[in-house]
Amino acid sequence: MQAYSELVKDHFMHPRNVGEIAEPDGKGEVGNPVCGDMMTVYIKVKDQAIEDIKFKTFGCGAAIAVSSMVTEMAKGKPLDQAMKISNRDVAQALGGLPKNKLHCSNLGADALHMAIQDYLDRKAGKPPKPKSAAEELAGMHVEPGHAHAHGKGEKCYCPYCDLEVPSEAPFCTNCGQEIPHEH
Amino acid sequence: MAPIYFDSLAGTPLLPGVQQAMSDYLARNWGNPSSQHQVGDAAGAALEKAREQVAALIGAEPREIVFCSGGTESINHAIKGVAWAQAKKGRHIITSNIEHNAVLRTLRALKLQDWRVTSLDVDQYGRLDPAQVAKAITDQTVLITVMLANNEIGTLEPVAEIARLAASHKIPMHTDAVAAVGVMPVNVKELGVNLLSLAANQFHGPAGAGALYVKRGTPLWPLVDGGVQEHNKRAGSQNMVGIVGMGQAAELALSSMSQRVAHTRALKDLATAGLKERIGHITINGHPEHCLPHLVSVSVGYIEGESMMIMLDEEGICVATRSACAAGALQASHVLISIGLDFADAQGTLVLSFNHLNTKEEVQLFLDKLPPIVERLRSMSPLWKG
Repeated sequence: MQAYSELVKDHFMHPRNVGEIAEPDGKGEVGNPVCGDMMTVYIKVKDQAIEDIKFKTFGCGAAIAVSSMVTEMAKGKPLDQAMKISNRDVAQALGGLPKNKLHCSNLGADALHMAIQDYLDRKAGKPPKPKSAAEELAGMHVEPGHAHAHGKGEKCYCPYCDLEVPSEAPFCTNCGQEIPHEH
Repeated sequence: MAPIYFDSLAGTPLLPGVQQAMSDYLARNWGNPSSQHQVGDAAGAALEKAREQVAALIGAEPREIVFCSGGTESINHAIKGVAWAQAKKGRHIITSNIEHNAVLRTLRALKLQDWRVTSLDVDQYGRLDPAQVAKAITDQTVLITVMLANNEIGTLEPVAEIARLAASHKIPMHTDAVAAVGVMPVNVKELGVNLLSLAANQFHGPAGAGALYVKRGTPLWPLVDGGVQEHNKRAGSQNMVGIVGMGQAAELALSSMSQRVAHTRALKDLATAGLKERIGHITINGHPEHCLPHLVSVSVGYIEGESMMIMLDEEGICVATRSACAAGALQASHVLISIGLDFADAQGTLVLSFNHLNTKEEVQLFLDKLPPIVERLRSMSPLWKG
C-alpha cells in the first residue's frame, strides 16, 4: 500500500472515535454504497461546542482515515469553528491523499457539517428526518442496469480531481478523465 | 517473511526453469530473428522453438501463433483486426456484458468509428446463453467475441457452443482466454474458435509477452503496421527474452497441467469451505461447476473490499479486490453488477487466485486472519446491524 501515507495508514488501521452515540444531539449521513463510501457522524454538544463525536463508515482505507481525522479535528471545537472545517482541511491534515481518493475526503467534512446542522435544526424545533439513508440503503437492492441510480440528492465526485460531476457524465468536465459509470 | 500471494491473475512468479531459459538466452543471443545471417538464424531458431511450445499448450499449429506484448494487445489485435478486415462486409459485433476492459474499451473505440455492438446479459452465475447469441446474429455481424473464463468471478462461458454457432454463420469467433490458458486445459480445436488471446504472466512466464492464436484463413489486419514479422500479422522486432520465457513457461504448464489443476482446485475448495464456515453474510460468486480451478470470488456483506485488502496486506497476505475505490473508480465492478449483486455487496468483494506454489498452510492462515478483520470492519460500518 504505497499509495497511502503513514499517517493515512495509521488513521485507517487505528481509527479514532469509531462508534455510535446512543442519543446524539446531531447526526449527519453522507454517501451511499453506489458511490463507494458512506459515513454517519454523531455529535454531543455542550456549551456550543462538540463535546463528543463518533463515526461509522462503510468505505475504503481513505474513507475510514478521513472519518477518523475529521472527528479528531472537530472534537472539542466550538460549533462555528467546526462548521468551517473543509474537506480540503481534512485531506491536508492527513498529509494528502492519492488523487483518485480525494473524493473520499468529501465525505468527512460534509457528514460533520450535516450533524451540526441537524443539531441546529433540532434546537430550532424543525422536525427530524423520517428515515435515515442508512436504514433505507440497508434493505435497498438496486436493479442491474441502473448502475448510476444514485440516492436522492446524492452527489458524485470525479475520482481523479475531486470536483463534483453530474451523475451521467462519461468524462470529468474538469480534468477529462473517464468516469467509469455504466451506460 | 515472504508475503503470501493469492493474486495470480495479476501475474504469477517466474519459475526457476523459466528464469533460467531467459537468462541463458540473454547471455547467448541478442540477434534479430528477421536477419538472414547466422546471428539472426540463432535467434530465429529460439523464436520458432517458443512458437512450438506455445502452440502445443493450446493445441494449435505453430504457424497459427502470433507473438505480441501481452493479453491486452492480443485482444485489441483480434477485435480491431477482424473488424477492419471485414469493414465492407458488415459492422456489427456481438459480445457479453462481463468482458475484460481490454475487450470493452476496444469495442468502445470501434463504436466511435460506427461499428455497432450488441452486448449480451449473463445469468446469476455469469453464464451467457448461446441462444441469446443466436438471436443477436444479423447479416451484418462480422465478429463474436466472448471470454473463455471471467477474470473476476471465474465463470467459464460456453465458448465451444457459441463457436459452432458462429461457424454455421461463417462469422469469426474470438475468445479472451487470458485467465484460463496455462491454468486449465485449453484446446483451440475443441473450442473451435478462430482467434484466442493468451498471456504468459498467467502461467509463470514474464509480463510483456503474450500471443494471439489465429486460425488459418481468418480475416485479420495487423494492429501494428510495419515489417513482415509474425507472418505479416504483427510488425516490429520480437521481444525475444519474453517470448523465450513464455515458451518455456508454456512447456512447463503443459507437462504439469493435471497436477496444477488438482493442486489449485484443492486450495480453492479449502478456501471456499473455510470462508462459508467462518464468516456469515458472504456470497461466493461465479458458477459452482463451470469455473476456473484457481479463483475464489467472495463478497463480504456490509463492508468494503479495499479496507479488507489493506488489512490483509498488513498481515502479509496479498489478495485483489473488485471494489470501486481500489480500481480508482466511483463504481462497483460491471461484472458483479451484471450477475445481480447489489452495490454494497459488490463493493465488498475479494478475489483470490491461487497458483501451484501456494500451500494449504497459506490458505489456513488466510482463513484465520480474515474473520477478525471482517468483524472489525463490520463494527465500523453503518450498514451492519449485527
